[in-house]
Amino acid sequence: MKELLTLLENNARYEIKDLAALLNESEEAVTDEIRALEERNIIAGYHTIINWDKADTEISKAIIFVNCVPERESGYDKIARKIARFPEVDSLCLISGKAEFLLQVNGRNMREVSNFVAHKLAPTEGVNGTETMFILKEYKSNGVCFEENTEDGERLIVTP
Amino acid sequence: MMFEEEINQVVRYIKPSGIRKFFDIAKTRKNVISLGVGEPDFITPWHIREAAIYAIEKGRTFYTGNKGLLELRIGICNYYKRRFNISYDPEANVIVTVGGSEAIDIILRTVLKPGDEVILPTPAYVAYAAIIEMAGGKVVETELTEENEFKLTPEALSKVITDKTKAIILNFPGNPTGGIMTREDYAKIVPILKEHDLFVITDEIYAELTYEGKHVSIAEFDEIKDRVVVINGFSKAYSMTGYRVGYILAHKDIVSMALKIHQYTIMCATTPSQYAAIEAVNNGDNDIEVMFTSFKQRRNYIVKELNRIGLKTHMPMGAFYVFPSIKITGLKSEEFCEKLLNEENLALVPGNAFGEAGEGYVRISYAYSLDEIKQALAKLENFINK
Ligand SMILES: Cc1ncc(COP(=O)(O)O)c(C=O)c1O
Repeated sequence: MKELLTLLENNARYEIKDLAALLNESEEAVTDEIRALEERNIIAGYHTIINWDKADTEISKAIIFVNCVPERESGYDKIARKIARFPEVDSLCLISGKAEFLLQVNGRNMREVSNFVAHKLAPTEGVNGTETMFILKEYKSNGVCFEENTEDGERLIVTP
Repeated sequence: MMFEEEINQVVRYIKPSGIRKFFDIAKTRKNVISLGVGEPDFITPWHIREAAIYAIEKGRTFYTGNKGLLELRIGICNYYKRRFNISYDPEANVIVTVGGSEAIDIILRTVLKPGDEVILPTPAYVAYAAIIEMAGGKVVETELTEENEFKLTPEALSKVITDKTKAIILNFPGNPTGGIMTREDYAKIVPILKEHDLFVITDEIYAELTYEGKHVSIAEFDEIKDRVVVINGFSKAYSMTGYRVGYILAHKDIVSMALKIHQYTIMCATTPSQYAAIEAVNNGDNDIEVMFTSFKQRRNYIVKELNRIGLKTHMPMGAFYVFPSIKITGLKSEEFCEKLLNEENLALVPGNAFGEAGEGYVRISYAYSLDEIKQALAKLENFINK
């Protein structure tokens, strides 16, 4: 299972027949396994890694620290659910350190992100404070470097 | 050709490598697709490259002691203990060499007297036969066969031992066959090696690429360990071919003799590369794991596809080569490869480059991306179906 997940993590577009050959399994077995992983939400989705800068499309992303107080019984889960529901929130995690939550928020431009923080996130019940850091440039995302030709080692055609 | 008569006649008559010949043809052509390379396709893991850069930055660019940096020798011994459960002493049993290549050379020059016979199971890595001859020895081949999964059998071994036999070269997992030897396989030949007091030179450069069970070193067998010389290196396990670092692990009295040759011809292995090797051997187990998994997957893929397109290929248990038979085509290995290059622009290595025993086979390396492998196999399929 781990091997299949690692393959898909690096390339979600493998064809079933290639996965089957790589893993030395039948295509049916791989199809079933993927379906089961999807049903159990272990495979939670498939994404494309996009270098938006290069696509000349304006997009604004920010990293936000959120401070809040845990609630009786539900701890942080309830407030996390509330924050996660906002479509502007791309990712959300509970962290150790100076804040409770770390968010990535995506918007069409800076104004949209600022508005989200001021009018939606900060007023959310339980949120005590926020600190917003706008992303200026992305160099690497999901394990992929956006700068091309950074490594150009070349092998000979035939060697012993 | 000038100087033919004057020069060393042993060198004169050494056959140029069949691979070299093929490379010379291939490089004159444009857009050649190749599955002919004998080195991994990963770029050296960054933390290892960084260690080499740091060594240069810090000015660690002087000669090291002849045996290599002590820290590296300690790392190597810890590694052999950790991965293969064999103990060596960093002070007495190790020489850091310029690749496994130098290790093969100095060890053969150390043990061979003129006319001594060396048993070489073939098909074999191209350097052994030439180095044996340059060291004044005589190559005695014994054939590794597909029926025996390219393993060395006690029967085959016994047949070629004479009273002139001094040593045997073992290379499991092997280039070009991918064959391995298990503990049980070794147990059958060890008594014969012991009976005849042979030096056992075991080139374990592909040890980390063993796909069935864990790699077993013949140095595990205490009854012959004094005569076993382990050769290994960083090229294949960590994808560090260009760094040129390898090593010898052997009895202290062999080490002290081999060290004489090493100190006068090489002095020491490249210093920044030794620092990179320290990083690799101490903190590289995880890199090995990642590359291992990727090679295993590509092996599964290529074997399945080769069988589908009609080249009967057995599943190799080690290294990153498959060695399919091309006998159904009725062509000789070289003809096959030359035609394939001319008609499809695809470069493979003819099996006979690894000795006569490789005739009727080709070596295919799967140290390529899946896309490159697919492209190459499409060409191969096209060629076979013509
Ligand atoms: C079996 C075998 N031994 C030794 C070597 C030499 O490796 P290096 O000198 O890079 O350590 C190779 C390289 O292809 C090999 O295949």
